[in-house]
Amino acid sequence: MTANVVETSPVVEVKGISKTYPGGVEAIKNIDLQIPKGKLTTLLGPSGCGKTTLLKIIAGLLPQSGGEVLIGNTPVHGPGPERAFVFQDFALLPWASVLRNVSFGLELRKVPKEERHEVARKYIKEVGLEGFEDAYPHELSGGMRQRVGLARALTVDSDILLMDEPFASVDEQTRRKLQDDLLQLLEVEKKTVIFVTHSIEEAVYVSDHVALLGPRPSTIMRVIDTRLENVQGEDIRRSKRYLDLVEDLWQILKQYLV
Amino acid sequence: METQHKHRSYEQLLLRLLSFVLVFGVWELAGRKPISVAFPTFTATLAAFVRLILDGTMLKAFGTTLVPLVIGISLVGIIGVLFGILMGLYRTFEWFTLPVFVIIQSAPMAALIPLITFLYGIGLGAKVLAVVLMAAPVIVLNSYKGIRNANPTLIQMGTSFLADERQRIFKIIIPDASGMIFAGLRLGVSSGFIGVILAELLITPTGIGDLITYYRALALYPEMFASIVAIVAFAAIVVGSLQRLEGVLFPRERKTAG
Repeated sequence: MTANVVETSPVVEVKGISKTYPGGVEAIKNIDLQIPKGKLTTLLGPSGCGKTTLLKIIAGLLPQSGGEVLIGNTPVHGPGPERAFVFQDFALLPWASVLRNVSFGLELRKVPKEERHEVARKYIKEVGLEGFEDAYPHELSGGMRQRVGLARALTVDSDILLMDEPFASVDEQTRRKLQDDLLQLLEVEKKTVIFVTHSIEEAVYVSDHVALLGPRPSTIMRVIDTRLENVQGEDIRRSKRYLDLVEDLWQILKQYLV
Repeated sequence: METQHKHRSYEQLLLRLLSFVLVFGVWELAGRKPISVAFPTFTATLAAFVRLILDGTMLKAFGTTLVPLVIGISLVGIIGVLFGILMGLYRTFEWFTLPVFVIIQSAPMAALIPLITFLYGIGLGAKVLAVVLMAAPVIVLNSYKGIRNANPTLIQMGTSFLADERQRIFKIIIPDASGMIFAGLRLGVSSGFIGVILAELLITPTGIGDLITYYRALALYPEMFASIVAIVAFAAIVVGSLQRLEGVLFPRERKTAG
């Protein structure tokens, strides 16, 4: 285990970020974190610990109360083209087809219709939704809707993918399939991912590093290297390394539960 | 499956017809008893209705009644919806105008209709104003609520994909509110009918309102009832068709699925 140290150069740097909500609730306090380029870093912690708050501050969707977020040495003021967000409840336009939803990010950037539909079709295929281009969100299952959300985030070609509990609203079987598909996709796409979850198993399974957040007002308690390079595919969940990591994380998080 | 479905819809149709037969039958019996000299039988009313249709009286009356209705609804349909949208989007506008519409909505507007005569005389303008006064509150307030309750996650999604102010309003907020705005228009049309008939009864007897008062004065009760039933049925059909159209344009699933 390594504490707050990463080998590759950071692409996102969180420096002393605090957030106090109007009304005085202190969600996060003085958070320092470095997100390495091309890796998947997970923010893990109990419900209500401020993981999503931190992610939305990095996304530029929420203003921080103190500190700063640097992306490649430039401070963040609001959302930017180098970051794309995947929402927990999908945030699809209910009146728009899959094709329009996936190409919506490009539509907002005023990319011509033909061009954006071509890009969207490529990513619809990549997330496994080929043939559903003309379907509407209400005709899709939760897992498929999140694939649409993921495809939409991929079309805008951002280097950084911010995923807010993306698989929390789908059932367990679908979640495992989505996790596998995400990992496969990332091997092709080479993105820097910041992933939020409250599931220890999910965190260990998908991430290169896990940043543990404590209870409110939360700080980063530890950053743990959770790479599982020597085990592959089906064996991961049975490997000693995986099981040890799950247990270690549980032992740390357990102390903060009431 | 298909035949079963068909079977059920036949059954439904039969039940509906039966309920009409029942109501008309009770009407016929009550008219024959008779409960009042001023209460004609169903068959006498139907005969009067056919007479009024054949000699053109009914069509002419409808033509007159519909003019202020169409003008009034078109006016509030455009200006009222625009007003509601602005109130939903901009706080200053809301503070300025919301109280007026809340008061108008809760006040018994029918009481104001005689007052219109003092201000606007007895012409077409007065009737249009009656329609506007009755229809405006629900149209404006529904548009306002639709905009104000637009899905915040969708708005945040727009922000994260770099939507500008214009795109946020025209590509997310207004489409999301359109179902509610349309429902307001439908309710507005139904209030507009009340407005125009009140105006024709209380301001100047023209159109259907004139038929009702004229035949009452002559004690031609079947004709009077035929006129009343005709306008009631016409309003029910118009509002019912709008409701159907609403179901087609804004299906329930599309409102909720995200």
